[in-house]
Amino acid sequence: MSMLGPLIFAAYILIPMYFATLEDKEEKLMVVIDDSGLFTGRGPEGPVFTISGTETLKFQVVEGVPIETFKESFEESGYYGLLFIPSNILSSNSSLIYSTNQVSLEISEYLKRSMESEIEDLKLASHEIENIEKILLEVETSINVRNIKWTKDGKTQETNTGVVMAIGYLGGMLIFFFIFFFGSQVMRGVIEEKVSRIIEVIVSSVKPFQLMMGKILGVGLVGLTQFLIWMILSAVLVTGLKAAFFPELNQSPTEQVVASDLFMQGGTAQEPAMQTPENISIEDMDMAQEIFASLKSIPAGMILISFLFFFIFGYLLYAAMFAVIGSAVDNETDTQQLIFPVILPLILGLYVMISAISNPDNSLAFWFSIIPFTSPVVMMVRIPFGVPWWQLALSASLLVLTFLAMTWVAAKVYRTGILMYGKKNSYKEIWKWLRYSS
Amino acid sequence: MSRASELSGANLITALDVVKDFSGHRALNHVSMEVPEGSIYGLLGPNGAGKTTLLRIINQITAPDQGSILFEGSPIGQEHRHIIGYLPEERGLYKKMKVGEQALYLAQLKGLSRQEAMKRLKLWFQKFEIEAWWDKKVEELSKGMAQKVQFITTVLHEPRLLIFDEPFSGFDPINVNLLKQEILQMKANGATIIFSTHNMASVEELCDHITLINESEAVLQGEISEIRDRYRANKYLVTFNGSKEQLTKGLDSPYDLLGIEENGMGQRATIQIKNEAKGTGDLIRNLLEITEIKAFQEILPGMNDIFIQVVNDTIQKKGY
Repeated sequence: MSMLGPLIFAAYILIPMYFATLEDKEEKLMVVIDDSGLFTGRGPEGPVFTISGTETLKFQVVEGVPIETFKESFEESGYYGLLFIPSNILSSNSSLIYSTNQVSLEISEYLKRSMESEIEDLKLASHEIENIEKILLEVETSINVRNIKWTKDGKTQETNTGVVMAIGYLGGMLIFFFIFFFGSQVMRGVIEEKVSRIIEVIVSSVKPFQLMMGKILGVGLVGLTQFLIWMILSAVLVTGLKAAFFPELNQSPTEQVVASDLFMQGGTAQEPAMQTPENISIEDMDMAQEIFASLKSIPAGMILISFLFFFIFGYLLYAAMFAVIGSAVDNETDTQQLIFPVILPLILGLYVMISAISNPDNSLAFWFSIIPFTSPVVMMVRIPFGVPWWQLALSASLLVLTFLAMTWVAAKVYRTGILMYGKKNSYKEIWKWLRYSS
Repeated sequence: MSRASELSGANLITALDVVKDFSGHRALNHVSMEVPEGSIYGLLGPNGAGKTTLLRIINQITAPDQGSILFEGSPIGQEHRHIIGYLPEERGLYKKMKVGEQALYLAQLKGLSRQEAMKRLKLWFQKFEIEAWWDKKVEELSKGMAQKVQFITTVLHEPRLLIFDEPFSGFDPINVNLLKQEILQMKANGATIIFSTHNMASVEELCDHITLINESEAVLQGEISEIRDRYRANKYLVTFNGSKEQLTKGLDSPYDLLGIEENGMGQRATIQIKNEAKGTGDLIRNLLEITEIKAFQEILPGMNDIFIQVVNDTIQKKGY
């Protein structure tokens, strides 16, 4: 399992890349019957539209053929669809697509947008305004929304929301998985010592508290090491395999980001020649500069420190709770009844985190980033967006206080629990142990 | 029974008025105990009497609700962990770990250096002829083999105090003997040993002192010889040569004939002196008149009989 980790990570990154290289494999042919005559001779010919990077849409304009002739043999003909533009399109504002399968949203949106802009142009032209083309050129505006942040010391910073979101998301997810994976490892370790009965020998040599903290810290350090190895191996695997199998993907990271961004917009990243190449490269530059600017402007040191802080204390808090559950049961199957209340806030934190990515300052995100049981996961998505110092301090100190209290409680329950066999697995029982003197 | 005021310096362990409660159930009810240095001390009692709880308290695994444990007269603490060896009733080792590696780890937990632990382990493994097990995983060993390994890890740091909870359970007779020899050897080397057991034969064989715990209370304590003296019932076994009827009829009234058996060794009568005023001399004089005595011996109560008697007495006292 441990060695599979990097493989899974690498596959996770490489498989989408592989699919991205499978483009141009399928060509979809769309028949256009233009009764209005508005588009005749103006529509694009050849492959014009790349869908999801794997398919291309082609148009074939036919004239003087009634729709019915296509209807009967449409499926065999291999046409993807038939776009019917009625003669009264200017007044009815509607057109029809005939097809045997549901036409994808991407395609219908593209057709809609193309026809809209074409008809808008025609309508404008029909008003016979002088120099209309020149005016239009002047009017045409593309709004690029750039996000400039004002810092307290009066400087300005430019950030790209996507980058900020990605950093927060990555941090939160790492914390979540680390807590989940290695917290339950602590629990299994405690159960193993209890089941094998070695525990009594060990606690006659060291204090139960020392044993518990030793296990939590030890598993944490093992986890960190394993995480680092996974990261490094994944990175090595990705670069190595990518170079070996997808040399065409060996672009700079900027190119990749831009390319993927264009995919999402339904653009033609793989065939930039189809659109005005100058524009795209300028956009490339803008985008790249923006991303680099955001990376620079994000307080990396502060994010790293908070990440490490919430990472470590989040793990410690949950590991103490997992240790309690491990000490309370006789085998791993018995954990199921007890583990739910421990996992619930963690899962809740994950959900709030995902919603907080798009809205990091709403009250839900605020409260969950203050409450200690969810704060390690939720606060991480908020930090790259900027969190007031007092909130950070409050959240951090609450987390540390809860960790201390939980460790104290855990130690008391643990030292009784590890010597108890055949007891009911309930929180009532655990509560009883908490009150034993020891 | 002596209390703190009269503590003798020769006691290695003193339990003072120890009370331990578990949610409504009192596991130990004001138990006191003195374990003289260099002795083998037996902790007896039926299952669930509280023996293991007391041993755990001495091991600082659990803390008493009331009372205290003294080590050489001062409260027991962290510094004593390294000079105590503990073999719990439920034996166990890390299953996935190799025997040698694990023994080294446990020895270092008890404060031995790695080199020293290695040196001593080599000797013990040779002594028990188990050198071949060093690189085996514990899960590959049989139960008896694993217990041998665990015994070594218990005594490796040469503790001044050894605590064994039911040490003879789960061992085959050969290993039980081996264990007894080791215990006696450790006593000869100056160690103090406390062990709990049901095995009364081993108590008579090994122990100098005992405490009998029943229903969370210490109901009987002291030196074995003294206890057996206390519980003698003035019973005598007389091997005689003569007629049974003559013996039965001729016996005076302070003496009670409990039975006569006949086997290869001859006829043997069990006689109890009922009247405290009469001694063995009076009985022998009476017997000489009526039969020919071949052998005369006192029947001393076995620890087993004492155990059963005391436990039953306390049950009756409590009115069950």
